[in-house]
Amino acid sequence: MNLHEYQAKQLFARFGIPVSTGEVADSPKSARSAAATLGGDLWVVKAQVHAGGRGKAGGVKLAKSLDEVEAAAAAMLGQRLITKQTVAEGLPINQVFVESGSNIERELYMSIVVDRAAERIAFMVSEAGGMDIEEVAVATPEKIFTVAVNPGAGLQPYQVRKMGFGLGLTAAQLKQFGVMCNNLYRLFCECDLSMLEINPLIVDTKGDLLALDAKINIEDNALFRQPDLVSMRDLSQEDEKESKAAAYDLNYVSLDGNIACMVNGAGLAMATMDLIQLHGGEPANFLDVGGGATPERVSEAFKLILSNTSVKAILVNIFGGIVRCDLIAEGIIQAVREVNVNVPVVARLEGTNVKKGRELLANSGLDILTADNLTDAATKVVAAAA
Amino acid sequence: MSILVNKNSRIVCQGITGRQGSFHAEQCIEYGTQIVAGVTPGRGGEKHLGVPIFNSTHTAVAELGADVSMIYVPAPFAADAILEAADAGIKVIVCITEGIPVLDMVRVKAGLADYDCRLIGPNCPGIITPGEAKIGIMPGFIHKPGRVGIISRSGTLTYEAVYQTTNNGLGQTTCVGIGGDPIRGMNFIDCLELFERDDVTEGIIMVGEIGGSDEEAAARYIKEHISKPVVSYIAGVTAPPGKRMGHAGAIISGGEGTADAKFAALEAAGVSTVRSPAELGSAMLEQLGG
Repeated sequence: MNLHEYQAKQLFARFGIPVSTGEVADSPKSARSAAATLGGDLWVVKAQVHAGGRGKAGGVKLAKSLDEVEAAAAAMLGQRLITKQTVAEGLPINQVFVESGSNIERELYMSIVVDRAAERIAFMVSEAGGMDIEEVAVATPEKIFTVAVNPGAGLQPYQVRKMGFGLGLTAAQLKQFGVMCNNLYRLFCECDLSMLEINPLIVDTKGDLLALDAKINIEDNALFRQPDLVSMRDLSQEDEKESKAAAYDLNYVSLDGNIACMVNGAGLAMATMDLIQLHGGEPANFLDVGGGATPERVSEAFKLILSNTSVKAILVNIFGGIVRCDLIAEGIIQAVREVNVNVPVVARLEGTNVKKGRELLANSGLDILTADNLTDAATKVVAAAA
Repeated sequence: MSILVNKNSRIVCQGITGRQGSFHAEQCIEYGTQIVAGVTPGRGGEKHLGVPIFNSTHTAVAELGADVSMIYVPAPFAADAILEAADAGIKVIVCITEGIPVLDMVRVKAGLADYDCRLIGPNCPGIITPGEAKIGIMPGFIHKPGRVGIISRSGTLTYEAVYQTTNNGLGQTTCVGIGGDPIRGMNFIDCLELFERDDVTEGIIMVGEIGGSDEEAAARYIKEHISKPVVSYIAGVTAPPGKRMGHAGAIISGGEGTADAKFAALEAAGVSTVRSPAELGSAMLEQLGG
């Protein structure tokens, strides 16, 4: 789950991490009054969307008067921002964050992730701030410094020094940096984050460190113990079908093709997409109905699949281990009757009670093609969609 | 022979009285697995499925000599259950539980360094030595004792590989579902090492998927250390990139993680790869001969 920049900065402030001061606004008028309250003569108006690359996409505007603040907010609010990290149609801008302009001396980069290879929380810093960090990693990997934290011992001073000297900080800044790193580590652990990124982390003209941007991702498996963070969720930034799927415990991802699939198990679901492509088709989605697929969930899954109007055929691929094939067959039959499925359905069932499941489908009187194996299923569905 | 578990394994099931634990423990017992004890704190002294329940894994080990644990404890409490099993002296810990917070697993992995034990999972179907011991949620009837070792990150894809090798007569020595979580216990390399040493295992099927760089690491290991034929499939060629992780994670793993990169690494290591999961069984048969 992602947070907006302004929410991430609220969390930063709560954990004693220095951030630029600002206020969130949902209308041009309130943006103006936010700027007036902040005072000064330079502001930055930032579109609040769950994606990076906002600056290049016109989602960050400098304003030198209250009129300019209001105009910038008016130009953004109600629009969709398309950046290289968003889907093609972009994300809706419902709020802007108005903050005081900063006097920037240096722009640095910092991120914290769960490093799966090291099996630890890892910090990564670079003096090439404000830039695309992937490009830095390819072009000048020597400018990136990483440390992995032993969860028992915690972040150590020598690790902070390694990063601080790597960033070329002064002795006074190193002290600030140490406090900041420890607070960030505490935030990362206590809030169950899977990713935190500050780009840029700036040194201002007074020589102080400040987080000018803040990006946070909270690990989905830990949401059960983070009710405060869950209440900050903004569904307008998430794919509607994916959120709907999640509500039924289905795992759904939209794709661009026209052959929908419904599968039990994430690995088999990916493999089914690959098979469709291998046989000349294009998958319309990833959909894992999980191990405990009930007729109701299968029915919901059909509705979800069919809400994508480009779908020309559906492949149901179930290897019944925990879930029984006869139950799945009942679900398919129920769904095809109720949901008014008007595209060809190919079903490949295997595993527990497979004979009974196939019989049910064959005797249902519905137009459901059955397949004997994976290859047969993929061939049939690609032909059906053509 | 087999790896890790066999007919002599004495299994304690942590979380046996829960809905999931109860359902699957019963299936394991029906398969012939020796489930000797269950653990549910607060219900020690009771019996469930004909099996004595203890308040702690330590007592189950002390009184009944359990040496393998099968965990169905719900995600919020599963990390604790794993560490309890390790501290009780369990040698093989099989954690089926899905949805354990990743930072819990960071702590678990650091904690396990103190013990001489192996963790399988979490978020996995478990491990089975056909005809001897089924420890997990896989459908027992699709397996058949035989010649192939199977390692997979995905549950249902493991079943595909199993079913194909049962149908073409090869059968399996042991099948290990290592789980789909980013931070887990045993990895491909750990299993490859054991299968290489196992006399009965003639060939190894390795099923991977996108994300991380474990398949690449396994490819390097296979080139150096594995003499038996390996057949591999990677799921996720068509998966959209970078859906969740943002860009920071991709850098630390060195830009690895795509299915194409994994296929290439495996092929460079001399592994026989298949682009369709339907061909895992036939490719293995080709390698081993009828």
